[in-house]
Amino acid sequence: MADKSQVCSVWVGSETGILKGVSLSKKQAFNFCEMSCLSRDQEVCVLGWGDEHETEVLVGSVNGTVKTFSTEKGIFTETRQCGESTQGRFTGIAVTDSALITCVETGLLRVWKEGSTDTVEINAGTNVCRMRQNPSQRNQVATGGKENGLKVWDLERPETPIFTSKNVRNDWLDLRVPEWVRDMSFIPDSDKIVTCTGHHQVRVYDPASPQRRPVLEAHFGEYPLTALSLPANQDSVVVGNTHGELAILDLRKGLVRGCLKGLAGGVRGLQCHPSLPLVATCGLDRFLRVHSLEDRSLQHKVHTNTLSFSYTLSTPEAITGDVEEVKEEGGEVDEVWDTMEMINDQAKKRATDEEEAVVTGVEKTTKKRKVVK
Amino acid sequence: MDVVEEHDIQDKPTKKKTKKPKKQPKPPHENGNDSMIEKTEPEHVDAPAEFSFPPTFSVSEIKNKQRRHLMFMKLKQEKRKKKKKERDALGDKAPPKEVPKTIENQRVYDETTVNPEDEEVAFDEGTDEFSAYFNRLTNPKVLITTSDRPRGRTVRFCNQLATVIPDAHVYYRRGLALKKVIPQCIARGFTYLMVINEDRKVPNGMVLCHLPDGPTAHFKVSSVRLRKEMKRRGKDPTEHSPEVILNNFTTRLGHSMGRLFAALFPHDPQFVGRQVATFHNQRDFIFFRFHRYIFKNEQRVGIQELGPRFTLKLRSLQKGTFDSKFGEYEWVLKVIIYYQIHVKCCTSKRYAISP
Repeated sequence: MADKSQVCSVWVGSETGILKGVSLSKKQAFNFCEMSCLSRDQEVCVLGWGDEHETEVLVGSVNGTVKTFSTEKGIFTETRQCGESTQGRFTGIAVTDSALITCVETGLLRVWKEGSTDTVEINAGTNVCRMRQNPSQRNQVATGGKENGLKVWDLERPETPIFTSKNVRNDWLDLRVPEWVRDMSFIPDSDKIVTCTGHHQVRVYDPASPQRRPVLEAHFGEYPLTALSLPANQDSVVVGNTHGELAILDLRKGLVRGCLKGLAGGVRGLQCHPSLPLVATCGLDRFLRVHSLEDRSLQHKVHTNTLSFSYTLSTPEAITGDVEEVKEEGGEVDEVWDTMEMINDQAKKRATDEEEAVVTGVEKTTKKRKVVK
Repeated sequence: MDVVEEHDIQDKPTKKKTKKPKKQPKPPHENGNDSMIEKTEPEHVDAPAEFSFPPTFSVSEIKNKQRRHLMFMKLKQEKRKKKKKERDALGDKAPPKEVPKTIENQRVYDETTVNPEDEEVAFDEGTDEFSAYFNRLTNPKVLITTSDRPRGRTVRFCNQLATVIPDAHVYYRRGLALKKVIPQCIARGFTYLMVINEDRKVPNGMVLCHLPDGPTAHFKVSSVRLRKEMKRRGKDPTEHSPEVILNNFTTRLGHSMGRLFAALFPHDPQFVGRQVATFHNQRDFIFFRFHRYIFKNEQRVGIQELGPRFTLKLRSLQKGTFDSKFGEYEWVLKVIIYYQIHVKCCTSKRYAISP
């Protein structure tokens, strides 16, 4: 079990409660489940890393249990009861300084400190669809849901959110535009948050600016966007909708850069690799696909037997080896350098191709300009 | 008269070999018209070893299509005989017979094909939306309706479907919204909602929604033949529940579809009445046929086609009840259109329902 789990580079949770580890080099999915006690109760809602070094996976199920799975040992090491199934499904899970943060659909955001049974509770409104943690400032979390706008909370001051978004202006018929935040992500190196909505909008909010309305709004497709992820290079975002359409959107102007083809079912989980231009998607068509963001081609496709209901997470070290399918260890290093060079060349090509050096007035960060040129 | 006879003989050079020797002395007289035929004649003469046609002659040089065809058939027959002789001569050492390539042969193995011993799939199916039906907890009750303002053909099709599916009720649509119909159906104990869509007076689509919270399948319906149009059909179907045959639903998606169709009919292994409904899946098209069978003896069966026949093609499978805007799709048909220089052709991508 341990050797199997160490080979896996992508982790997927399924509807039946099985945690699947997928090894891209072997193109195979391995099942890790506890004592073969499968039930629909154990359906995995959320997946999260338990620690910085990505050796522990936290699995949140419908019945309110959070299990810890160790990738080195290959077994579930711990189970905690964090709420009941009556409180709704988990919509987000995160870890800060040995405290576990969980959020459920009814809006109850809890911080479970290790050792003590009392929890810090925040009410994030009703119908929360997603909760995410800021990777740079670990005590900040964002929540959003149906008719529940984006709110950023600081866990040290749990009474009020530090940022509450405002809905956009009434549309051309003077009707209120409905709000449905499905997924969000913190843009690194800045305060901004990008969200995708069930009304096929992608919005960027900036807490640093005086306006609480979105700074940028983009549309894609006609179906609800279910998942979102930020790739390694800045100023683009990958979104997926219920029809299996994946698109890379540019955040400077809000235009569609390209679509990734291949998915036949709704996208449930989307994760970009932290350094390589790769994105892994899992969805209702029972396949895990890894696409390359540069040429938008399909790199890997693995069949997982059950519907994947939750996130895929990838380990960076393993994926670099897998992409090149290297067998010798010495070769790995060279291959890694090769891939890095390729990325830079392509980025330069893109900069010359894209004549749109127009940077919107709102985005004042100079870092982005450097990347373009 | 002689001339006429000669012409007849010349026109059918391959028919009877006995006639050929008669022809031999005649050719010098008919050089004008029959120079071509002369060339072919000597081929059929057994006795003389010398051929009077050039060695580079081939069957394709004959301009007359009929004669060319006949010559070609002859050539093929001889080749086949020769090959068979060689094969028989080799006996056991003969190389194995080559299997001809067909589309089904050349298919890439689909990795989503379900292994019968797969526990995960078995568990998945044991606890999915159809498990209540397969555990004999519910009996199917189907509501058949159409799109708004149906024309005669669609109405007749719905009525015939209602005779085929036991415990089916046909209702007029009258402009009601499906999302409002569904809660009412659930309240009245229906397990299936079938909506036949009509376009230009012909049924062309079907939405099959499994109630309480089951998946919704959207099909394209084509080749609908009503009872009147069937040749050599039997009498009308009776009230007995038909047997169900599901062919080639081997992949994971195929399994879901198979279960969807199976749950339309009552689950009773003791068949009464000799009626059978067949859903045959081939290359992602599902053919529906309804027959009555009778066993003449142990080996032979006679079948009579009754009832409507139609073909279905899955367009999308959506989780949950009908919600096309905000529902989550488990599978969507994505059509890739290939553009060639002069011809636009529409080819669909290989998808996971076929073997």
